[in-house]
Amino acid sequence: MGIDLPLIWAIIIAFGLMMYVVMDGFDLGIGILFPFIRDRIDRDTMVNTVAPVWDGNETWLVLGGAALMGAFPLAYSVLLSALYIPLFFMLVGLILRGVAFEFRFKAHESHRALWDIAFASGSYLAAFSQGVALGAFINGFNMSGTTYVGGSFDWLTPFSLFTGFALILAYALLGSTWLIMKTEGTLQHRLKSMTRPITLGVLAAIAIVSLWTPAQHPDVAARWFSFPNIILFSPVPVLVIVTTIAIQRMIKGETHAAPFGLALFLLFLGYTGLAISLWPNIIPPSISIREAAAPPQSMGFTLVGALFVIPFILGYTAMTYYVFRGKVKAGEGYH
Amino acid sequence: MFGLTALELARIQFGFTISFHIIFPAISIGLASYLAVLEGLWLWKKDSVYLELYHFWVQIFAVAFAMGVVSGLVMAYQFGTNWSHYSAFAGSITGPLLSYEVLTAFFLEAGFLGVMLFGWKKVGPGLHFFATMMVATGTLISATWILASNSWMQTPQGFEVINGRVVPVDWLKVVFNPSFPYRLVHMTIAAYLAVALIVGASGAWHLLKRRDTPAVRTMLSMAMWMVLVVAPVQIAVGDAHGIVTREHQPAKIAAMEGHWENAPGASVPLILFGWPDMTAETTRFAVEVPHLGSLILTHSWNGQFAGLKDFAPEDRPNSTIVFWTFRLMAGLGFLMLLLGLWSAWARWHNALFKSRIFLRFALVMGPAGLIAILAGWITTEVGRQPWVVYGVMRTKDAVSNHSALEMSVTLILFVVLYTGVFGTGIRYLLQLIARGPQPLDDHEPSPETGRPARPLSAVRDRLDTSIIGSDGR
Repeated sequence: MGIDLPLIWAIIIAFGLMMYVVMDGFDLGIGILFPFIRDRIDRDTMVNTVAPVWDGNETWLVLGGAALMGAFPLAYSVLLSALYIPLFFMLVGLILRGVAFEFRFKAHESHRALWDIAFASGSYLAAFSQGVALGAFINGFNMSGTTYVGGSFDWLTPFSLFTGFALILAYALLGSTWLIMKTEGTLQHRLKSMTRPITLGVLAAIAIVSLWTPAQHPDVAARWFSFPNIILFSPVPVLVIVTTIAIQRMIKGETHAAPFGLALFLLFLGYTGLAISLWPNIIPPSISIREAAAPPQSMGFTLVGALFVIPFILGYTAMTYYVFRGKVKAGEGYH
Repeated sequence: MFGLTALELARIQFGFTISFHIIFPAISIGLASYLAVLEGLWLWKKDSVYLELYHFWVQIFAVAFAMGVVSGLVMAYQFGTNWSHYSAFAGSITGPLLSYEVLTAFFLEAGFLGVMLFGWKKVGPGLHFFATMMVATGTLISATWILASNSWMQTPQGFEVINGRVVPVDWLKVVFNPSFPYRLVHMTIAAYLAVALIVGASGAWHLLKRRDTPAVRTMLSMAMWMVLVVAPVQIAVGDAHGIVTREHQPAKIAAMEGHWENAPGASVPLILFGWPDMTAETTRFAVEVPHLGSLILTHSWNGQFAGLKDFAPEDRPNSTIVFWTFRLMAGLGFLMLLLGLWSAWARWHNALFKSRIFLRFALVMGPAGLIAILAGWITTEVGRQPWVVYGVMRTKDAVSNHSALEMSVTLILFVVLYTGVFGTGIRYLLQLIARGPQPLDDHEPSPETGRPARPLSAVRDRLDTSIIGSDGR
């Protein structure tokens, strides 16, 4: 048996997407927390914690898009055109956020407030749109063979709107725990008190999505609740509850990095749950990674470059985070 | 919107977003190589003028690079959102080529950009020069992948269509398709010329403002040497590109020349000006030079090439558009040649830094390179129509099934967003250029913390005004 190219590429893309969600998740989370932190210096400190890394984080999204086109052209064409409107608003949000990030440091005092608004609203818009797209993805697409036959607004359902809000909460959790790790003093204290309700909100959102999805999709329900799967998969919900309790308890005391680690773990569990529900479909509910795969000539050609470059990127990313480890003090900036 | 179909709106949207995008990579490609030359000259001659210029232009580079990253994000998604049938059909070729571009850019950004922008005090001069060289090489490799992808759509080969989708059978043939080498050289030189014109205009502006420093003189002088040498080379490359296009995309050449039909045995004139009328199938008000069309496109006195009437009406690109965009590009090219020759004449008479009329000409030519790039791309892309993959897939079969209303709303929002965001970015670039190179003494090449950060933090200047609320002061 040769190399299983569709499987390898599915893993690479799923990994890239997870890297994006985790890493841009806390960047976007900072924008989401912006309206609740009014102080100028606090805001600068928050932005400075991600200043050296945010644009590298966003590059995973570009890589994911291009790799999806190269490896699963059918999925790329169906998913992106069916999700045109949410993805359009995601791009608008990311452009606003990205440019505001740079220009809020460069702008004159009188314009700073405007760039701050652009930064926060861009972050909300990007997170919400991604959540809506995720919800629509879980709901599945109306296909006839390999052609999308649904409408322009099929993505707009109560469920997808809910996942939109849920992702804002999830990113807010990543952002607040990241900042607990990177800041100190009153700002850190403030963030700890905000993290408590956010964590409960995330737990509630996970619970609702976990019940709503199988209730709407009998095939997903069958996958989770049949024997022996129900026993094999039972650690996932249990770990979700344990992790949430652990975050709640920790932020009461002196803590720095642990809540962020746990928030990452929580997100990873959610991602795992999603993978269990949908695998091996790349266009839910019916088209698998094998049916959507590009010809082996395409997948093999790109794999050479990916296997060479991705480890290098990971190594460099790790090094950057290591260099920038530790607290960011108020007034200490890169600008 | 304006009675346009969803297909036309999708084309306008792609054209609009990619036109805004291409400006920034073109500046990055040209500036990266210029910076490598400046740093090399500094290491070689130890003349601080080159270092001063390096620190000046590296800031412009940082802003252009950052703008290119942000505007490029949209391009990675637009193939799927707006051209989904194309992606499903040919994503197996375009996808891998674009993936390689992203991997290259990722690799470059991860590894060497940080050293180039912030490592001035952290690494030795040799290593820093190496980083600059790698960034310059990286921008060229990125361009190579993008142009391979585009050229394959112009002159496709190395593939088979199996079960209604493209299967690559020979990647070497896919990448090295007939128009690729010409397009790569033509575009790279175009980026170099565009940057030379910007650098030259910047030098001229400072001299006109009586800021006559050795650095300002050096940058004007270097830019004018570049224009003098490269503008004629570009014209020759463009001519060779035209011959290849005549062989592989004859309808495009016919449309560019407003050439409708051949009389038996007669030579083809060059229509200098005129108005190609697609419905009347003629070029109105034509001002012609006999034989010149034959001479340019067949390199013979009486040679013929296909006219638009040799193609069915539904296979003809819009001649009215490409006739004029091509003339705009070529006309600017000859003005660049004139600028180069004038600079040589002025230099010979010791008037290069003094002749105000020459300096004004160099100043107004500042944006000419970028305008020529846009005009050239419109020519080659509109000239490829009605095909998205020439002779293989029609553009109307490539577009996603969005409604005209959806496309109108997103187009309007893109226009508003881009004008605000990238308008501010371009204004910032101009403001930095206007500030001019600074003497080195109070100059800190890296931020106080000495930590690497993102491209724009390499720039110390504040943004004076923004589009949003620019009346607020």
